[in-house]
Amino acid sequence: MASGNLPQGLAPRVVAFCEELRGEGVAVGTAEILDAFAALEAVPWTNPADFREALAATIAKSQEDRRVFELLFERFFFRAAEAEALEREIREDRRYDGGEQLDLDQLREAIRQAIAQGNDGEMRDAARLAIAAFGRRGEGSGVVGVDVQRIRRTLGLQASGRAIEADEPTLEREQVQTFERHLRRELERALIERTEKMPPSRPLAELDRALPTSPTQDLAAVHRAVAQLKRRLATLGHEQRGRKRAATVDMRRTMRASLETGGVPLRLRYRPRRPRRPEIYVLCDVSTSVTSASVFFLSVLHALHDSFRKLRSFVFIERISEITEVFERERDFRAISEQISREGGVADVSGYTDYGRVWLEFFDEISEDLDPRSTVIVLGDARTNGREPHAEVFARVAERAGRTFWLNPEPRLYWNYGDSVMAAYERHCTAAFECWTTKHLEDFVNVVAGGVPAAE
Amino acid sequence: MAAGADSGSVAEAKAALERVGYLADESAALVAYLAQALGKPVLVEGPAGVGKTELAKAISRATDRTLIRLQCYEGLDEAKALYEWNYRKQLLRIQATAGDPSPATPERIRAAPGSPVADAPSEDVAGDSWEDIFAEDFLLTRPLLEAIASTEPVVLLIDEIDKTDQEFEAMLLEVLSDFQISIPELGVIEARTHPIVVLTSNNSRELTEALKRRCLYLWLDYPEVEREMAIVRLHAPELDQRLARRLVEVIHMVRQLDLKKPPSIAESIDWARALLLLGADDIDASVFERTMSIIVKHRSDIDLVAERVGVQLGAQQGLGAEAKG
Repeated sequence: MASGNLPQGLAPRVVAFCEELRGEGVAVGTAEILDAFAALEAVPWTNPADFREALAATIAKSQEDRRVFELLFERFFFRAAEAEALEREIREDRRYDGGEQLDLDQLREAIRQAIAQGNDGEMRDAARLAIAAFGRRGEGSGVVGVDVQRIRRTLGLQASGRAIEADEPTLEREQVQTFERHLRRELERALIERTEKMPPSRPLAELDRALPTSPTQDLAAVHRAVAQLKRRLATLGHEQRGRKRAATVDMRRTMRASLETGGVPLRLRYRPRRPRRPEIYVLCDVSTSVTSASVFFLSVLHALHDSFRKLRSFVFIERISEITEVFERERDFRAISEQISREGGVADVSGYTDYGRVWLEFFDEISEDLDPRSTVIVLGDARTNGREPHAEVFARVAERAGRTFWLNPEPRLYWNYGDSVMAAYERHCTAAFECWTTKHLEDFVNVVAGGVPAAE
Repeated sequence: MAAGADSGSVAEAKAALERVGYLADESAALVAYLAQALGKPVLVEGPAGVGKTELAKAISRATDRTLIRLQCYEGLDEAKALYEWNYRKQLLRIQATAGDPSPATPERIRAAPGSPVADAPSEDVAGDSWEDIFAEDFLLTRPLLEAIASTEPVVLLIDEIDKTDQEFEAMLLEVLSDFQISIPELGVIEARTHPIVVLTSNNSRELTEALKRRCLYLWLDYPEVEREMAIVRLHAPELDQRLARRLVEVIHMVRQLDLKKPPSIAESIDWARALLLLGADDIDASVFERTMSIIVKHRSDIDLVAERVGVQLGAQQGLGAEAKG
């Protein structure tokens, strides 16, 4: 229907592109595709920027989708063009003017300028020059990723702030990345021409969503991951909220409804109920065996702070210590971990986890406050280092609290092997989860927020 | 569908926005243009203070349309957004009719208001007044109905849609896809002109698929240095070019940090104006320290920024020793 002024080959391409987006988990409906065609009718699709933006505006409808879109767009239309070229046996004249005469320093300078100006066409030319010069020196490895890095190093391209020579103008990180993209693309193009076949298409590896594994990792990344979770949670709260068992009369709506009965308020209207905001106690093992996971979880739970009415955090190794305040005060994670290790006083002598003692102390300190509305979340691997697990004390904690969850950063397969006593604790928990990807975490957060437990 | 002042191409749309003081980037201009060309609502998401609301205002100025704004908040319901029957007036009408002896069936009408024996007030209780009190005279129009019923083409801004609940979103669907509102007592009210609808969201929760499907999507992010500089200079024209660049660079540095609330464009502009007032001709550590509170507004953020950026500025200027004093 919509192919009025679009060239014939384009429509199937766009649909194929949408197919590929679906494959990466972007929800592209027929309505979106129709919109995309309508948009392409309205804008000059021959302009690459407009074409891309028109598709993006109609197809990618969240920030995350947009990111996938960008990644795929590049790849898809590049591949499409190359496949077409292969089919028609079009080859480029692989002689780049001037590439021979330039020595490395001149080349470096020329490329630096091209990058600084940020013009797409010039950057592409620069990338080709670099590849040509690089190829002559016989250092090509044939592996695209390796070559990109080698070329970059040879040219001494560094993101801003770390220029090799101080007097050289620094380059923005994004610009260098753009140049790298051009490099990669030109290398791929050369590879395709050389081998005369398309490399196999792979799913986007960058989209693997694993937990950040290192405690020194960029905390902003953690906060971004949490922001995503928080949005999901907020949505979830709304879904849970019904009008059914409401209690407070809404005067305005009642009065309006009363008009149908001549001003007599026969039918009462109620205010919707607020969502349940549970009290949460988080106990987190911070011994070395689970460090990376625990840092991440604590940050997650604290970022979720305002989604819950009350959240108290504890860390433990051999002893337990409350750190709620530390998190409220600090935001920088390095400071937090320093403070925890300084003030926490959780490691006595050995530095090995002692779950039994932790339960005894926790029960002493907190049992008064526990009530059926509270939720206890334990993060730990349940490895007692051979010490007494005191599962009966844990059972009493679990009994007093409304719900008890256990998050184990080890895959389920490893539970109860070696000194892990997971089974002894799991018996008393409302549920125990393995938790080593954001997906696991998300399932868990849904449960805590009162949602339907995800099917295992 | 296009009104006289509507723009005919992306470049024109961009130019039109620029004329009214909004420097749109490529994608914003394109979406603004598509919104007019396709007549679809636009969903604008992005961090606070990147000019989402401003975009809607600019579109309204550029196309010479009135802006109708619906500010969303938690608990917003259809009575506040669509329409409401003016029940006080309706009650008065019923009572007035009841007090008036002239109608054909006086005793029945008299029995209507407040009479405890009025067992199930039947249709004829209200009689003629039933027809009357559900006429347009008794209708209080709220922003959505106002936008739909307007005889002039308008721009409808639904601000911070993520603050409302999902029921409200569902209610919006009819308005957004068909540009009509059904009022049970009156029937369907259809749009006389085609409004440009802009929805903004701070991304605090996921919006429903159904809503997204009906909209064009625009993600507005903090602008790059060049564009932000242009924006700052547009709003604070007396600011020196070199200082403006410096200011924007510092702002970008601050945004790199993991802050609770990164500085928005509006805050860059405020800061620029403050610097003008202070007569500062460079941003060094001491100026930064004095005026920092304009761009960062959380205590913990201020500490972090002072530590990272302040020190960096001091070092760059070679004023480290002085600045600390």
